[in-house]
Amino acid sequence: MIVQSAVSGDMPKSRILGYLITAILLTLAFTPLIFSGSQPINTAAKICIFIVLVASYDLLIGYTGIVSFAHTMFFGIGGYGVGLALYGWGPTWISAGLGLAIALIVGTVLAFVIGLLSLRVRAIFYAMITLAVASAFAILAGQLSEYTGGEDGRSFRVPPLLRPGTVLFDIPALGVSVNGRVLSYYVVYVSALLLLLAAFRIVNSPFGRVLQAIRENDFRAESLGYNVVYHRTVANCLAAGMAVLAGAMSAIWVRYTGPDTTLSFAIMLDILLMVVIGGMGTLYGAVVGATLFILAQNYLQKLMSIASEATAGLPLIPHLLHPDRWLLWLGVLFILSVYFFPSGIVGKLREMQRR
Amino acid sequence: MTTTSILAAADLSKAPRDLLPVLIAPIMVLVALPLVGSPTTWVTLTVAALAMGMMIFVIASGLTLIFGLMDVLNFGHGAFIAIGAYIAMTVLVPLSGWIQSDALTLNLAALLLAVTAAMVGTGLLGWCFERVIVRPVYGQHLKQILITMGGLIVAEQLIHVAWGGDQKPMPLPNGLRGAITIGDFALEKFRLLAVAVGLTVFTVMQLVLNRTKVGLLIRAGVENREMVEALGYRIRQLFVGVFVAGSALAGLGGTMWALYRETLTAAIGGDVMVMVFIVIIIGGLGSVGGCFLGAILVALMANYTGYLAPKIAVASNILLMVAILMWRPQGLYPVARR
Repeated sequence: MIVQSAVSGDMPKSRILGYLITAILLTLAFTPLIFSGSQPINTAAKICIFIVLVASYDLLIGYTGIVSFAHTMFFGIGGYGVGLALYGWGPTWISAGLGLAIALIVGTVLAFVIGLLSLRVRAIFYAMITLAVASAFAILAGQLSEYTGGEDGRSFRVPPLLRPGTVLFDIPALGVSVNGRVLSYYVVYVSALLLLLAAFRIVNSPFGRVLQAIRENDFRAESLGYNVVYHRTVANCLAAGMAVLAGAMSAIWVRYTGPDTTLSFAIMLDILLMVVIGGMGTLYGAVVGATLFILAQNYLQKLMSIASEATAGLPLIPHLLHPDRWLLWLGVLFILSVYFFPSGIVGKLREMQRR
Repeated sequence: MTTTSILAAADLSKAPRDLLPVLIAPIMVLVALPLVGSPTTWVTLTVAALAMGMMIFVIASGLTLIFGLMDVLNFGHGAFIAIGAYIAMTVLVPLSGWIQSDALTLNLAALLLAVTAAMVGTGLLGWCFERVIVRPVYGQHLKQILITMGGLIVAEQLIHVAWGGDQKPMPLPNGLRGAITIGDFALEKFRLLAVAVGLTVFTVMQLVLNRTKVGLLIRAGVENREMVEALGYRIRQLFVGVFVAGSALAGLGGTMWALYRETLTAAIGGDVMVMVFIVIIIGGLGSVGGCFLGAILVALMANYTGYLAPKIAVASNILLMVAILMWRPQGLYPVARR
């Protein structure tokens, strides 16, 4: 009952999917307490951040049917907003908050302007314009090195409470000491959870239904009396705002902001792969896609290097299985999923349940 | 048919050409002169811009034609640029004797061979791409964008598999190095060649589109696909032909672009594609003439601002695009009215 109202009545509609989501969220919740070492907690934090980022992208691509290639730009605005504020005005909560506020305003205004310029025309137009604007933004961030730190980016310090040196208390039974790092993980985790639930609230509201109507047939939605441009623009601004928040979370966690980690086109492709493989227009797909993708990124490469070594004698195959080529296989998976299961893993699981 | 529509048709054939957008380019060149100051720098920049514009045009023209005819925007076009350049490099490297020779004929023969190989290679690839990747998703924009993007990822990874990921030098033939000096003005030879190639492609394309049966069918197909089909033409084959030609042009453009930069990485396509998209948007989706003009405008803007204010050079093209879209929301010469 509580769960049902938390996800705004949009249940997984598949038993396996329900278990999967529960398992992912619970594992993420207890990662710092179960696993030791820095890699699991880093992976978990990255998953949380990308769940928000992919969910916000799903608002656009999955629910409204808009393809944007500027999502990393908003992610970067969030990262740079908080990062540069902490770098320039000192590591206090006030500067972090101020930086976030500025980033949110800049991000939504930019999304509004881009939307106004191109959303009235066509989906394909919007995709091209966002691609151009986002890459210009990335190059600009690299060029204006006095302000942004250029290609090297900026490392900065977070408020004292979130630093690894700050030990709050120990849990002797688990052998874990809760320090600033664990606390910042939970800041990231709780924000991710809240933002995900907010996204559920948005897509299951009357507003969200209109978005889906626009996705299915914008002409018809218009004739039913809904202002298509208005709805698309608002969805665009909401998604941008959420991406800005994801960027802020990333800045708090990584304590660094730079073009490669927040603005690069590679990340945009990652988001695209996550949302399509997970399942567009479901939001659950964002959770599944982000988790699978990041686990694959971290662990598939190890598997591939073993396979590559095992086939070392054969021609070409070791090159195809080289750990750096993991994106090749995910790309193939991406194409196959667009053709054969456009609703992704989540859609497939729901289909199995219905049978 | 009513009298008014006959009159309208007659008017259409005599309709004055819309020359206003064409004026932007000379105005831009003239405005730049006082800003740049020295006339020699100004000439060098303008020639460099024209060369760059022609290369972008060669790449963009194929893309815009494919879009105009088939309503498919191939985000994987960048992969063809890179693959064309890599094929050309593979041909040029063993021919180093010809490249380093002082005889211009040998230089050009090597180049011609490389370009032919690149165009044949990317053309074939385009044929496969159309069959495997694009054909199942005609008419579905969202899927098209996704699937061609997926094709781009896979193709870029395959380049890594085939040629390795590190930066490669692109051997520029000896005869094309250096510059021709006329008085005070130094004009780089390769840039002049690029301008010549670009103009040739533009002229041939215009002739084919406006003076041949195939061109007539292509233009008719852009205007109204169903009508052409109803008249008994197999438009499917026309589509495939245009797709292959567009991909081959990407291969040609990619080879030229790599020769211009003299280095080559798998990401080369992505860098150019941003400008290509801006050019296509400015020109109006599907319009070859608009694409030509857009390429010149973008290249002029990039070169002048690159000299005057290097840090905002990239943003300047976005501003140019925004300004033109405010003036004409569908681009300078909109063609595809869908």
